[in-house]
Amino acid sequence: MSDGEGNIVQFDNVGLRYGTEREVLSDVSFTLYPGSFYFLTGASGAGKTSLLRLLYLAQRPSRGIIRMFGTDVITVPRKALPAFRRRIGVVFQDFRLVPHLSAFDNVALPLRLSGVPESEIRKPVADMLDWVGLEQRREARPATLSGGEQQRVAIARAVIARPEILVADEPTGNVDPDMALKLLRLFEALNRLGTTVVVATHDVHLLKKVPDSLIMRLDRGRLSDPTGALRYPPRRETVVP
Amino acid sequence: MSGPPSPIRRNAPRFGSADRLVPHAHFAGPMPWVIAIMIALTVIAAGAGLALRNLAEHARAEIAGGLTVQIVEGGPAERARQAEVAVAVLTNREDVREVRRVPEAELDALLEPWLGQTGLPEEDAIPMPALIDVRLEGPATERRLAELRASLTASVPSARVDAQAGWLAPVFEAVRSLQWLALGLIALLTATSAAAVWLAARSALGSNRETIEIIHLLGGTDGQIARIFQRSIGADALLGGAVGLLIGVGAIVLLGRQFARLGSGMVAGGGLGIAEWGVLAAIPLVGIVLAMFTARITVLAALRRML
Repeated sequence: MSDGEGNIVQFDNVGLRYGTEREVLSDVSFTLYPGSFYFLTGASGAGKTSLLRLLYLAQRPSRGIIRMFGTDVITVPRKALPAFRRRIGVVFQDFRLVPHLSAFDNVALPLRLSGVPESEIRKPVADMLDWVGLEQRREARPATLSGGEQQRVAIARAVIARPEILVADEPTGNVDPDMALKLLRLFEALNRLGTTVVVATHDVHLLKKVPDSLIMRLDRGRLSDPTGALRYPPRRETVVP
Repeated sequence: MSGPPSPIRRNAPRFGSADRLVPHAHFAGPMPWVIAIMIALTVIAAGAGLALRNLAEHARAEIAGGLTVQIVEGGPAERARQAEVAVAVLTNREDVREVRRVPEAELDALLEPWLGQTGLPEEDAIPMPALIDVRLEGPATERRLAELRASLTASVPSARVDAQAGWLAPVFEAVRSLQWLALGLIALLTATSAAAVWLAARSALGSNRETIEIIHLLGGTDGQIARIFQRSIGADALLGGAVGLLIGVGAIVLLGRQFARLGSGMVAGGGLGIAEWGVLAAIPLVGIVLAMFTARITVLAALRRML
């Protein structure tokens, strides 16, 4: 296995089980390269969310090696993990917005966590809300936002600090097809700026919309490689499963 | 669609607006009032402890060199003669600062509540010893007492010499016990306050678990999350501390006035000085620090269970 040079994430024979249940992920090995766009597909229960949880460092694997940004994140001290997490943007399947904060404050959260002064927060957050079409809803609490609006706030929050990796779990699950396409274009725009994007979805139609994307498919916890995404160099060809 | 706006990235984990992340209402509730009660009780216990210390020190200083000489002689004439000799002997000593024969009238007044009307004819009255109040230079040690007894009984055989501190020793013991009791109460109240904050922090952690998880996954450090709770409990403790101090000081002032009305010389020595009021005023500050420290330790311990 390489030292991780030239890649941003490297999984090597990773397995994950909860308690004494059977493994939800088995022998998962893949490499993500900077600036690539990946779709993670698979039926419900295939292990997509579990794999993403490993990617955004919410979970340690039961076995195997995970290297991120050239560092073994399994053995790294716990106190070093926040610095890694700040380099990852996450769009959670259930949005996970902070309920008592406004849309503005939710989007500003990663910047505040990074210690950005308030004077430097206002403009980028306003621009980002404008970008996702929510400038008029900046003071709204999540409970008063529609599903699609909440999703856009979650996406704005995930990208505001320009992460090196963007991990999105079913980001178009709660929006109409037009908005889904709009959000996908947003991910592509971010991808063009150099962010590695991983989008988990079970919507096969979505995969056709991003021509240069690579596809990883999970089937009952095992990863397959229909587009050669896991090879090096990755084959940039979209094959709809 | 145009590209995303240019963002700002920093890696230094400072946390300017931490207090905006967890709603205060979840941590507040009865907490300020619990802290107010604890601080009030601690201030009262500490005030009582300090007053008792002052009272004991004042009384000890007052009677440190005090002696009482009794001339226990049945015959009034002989008693008066021996008393005069004793006064003369004592006055001539260099280590005696002051000698005062307690007048008969003063003795009668002292005994009147127990013996009733005095001033009976000599043959009908209960023979009372003559009393001489003596102040030595320096404390009345056992060695000095023995030496003085020896020199006095040579010329005044009926003289009995007692150190006043000896009579009050049980009172001092009781005062010391009360001081320990006050100290114990302060320790118990401190432990109870810490336990209350611990419970409140655990409860706040539970009710804000979702928010904490989000902050954690977005790259918030344990220190940042703990600081949110520290600030929250700090604000509660500030409010509770101020109210508690007011109640505590109010109670001490009222009790002080009550005791002052007793008019007892010993109790009068129990007043508090500026430094002692300063100590009482510092109790809420200590309470705030303790509450914030407890909240921090509790939250950090709970967060350590997360990845």
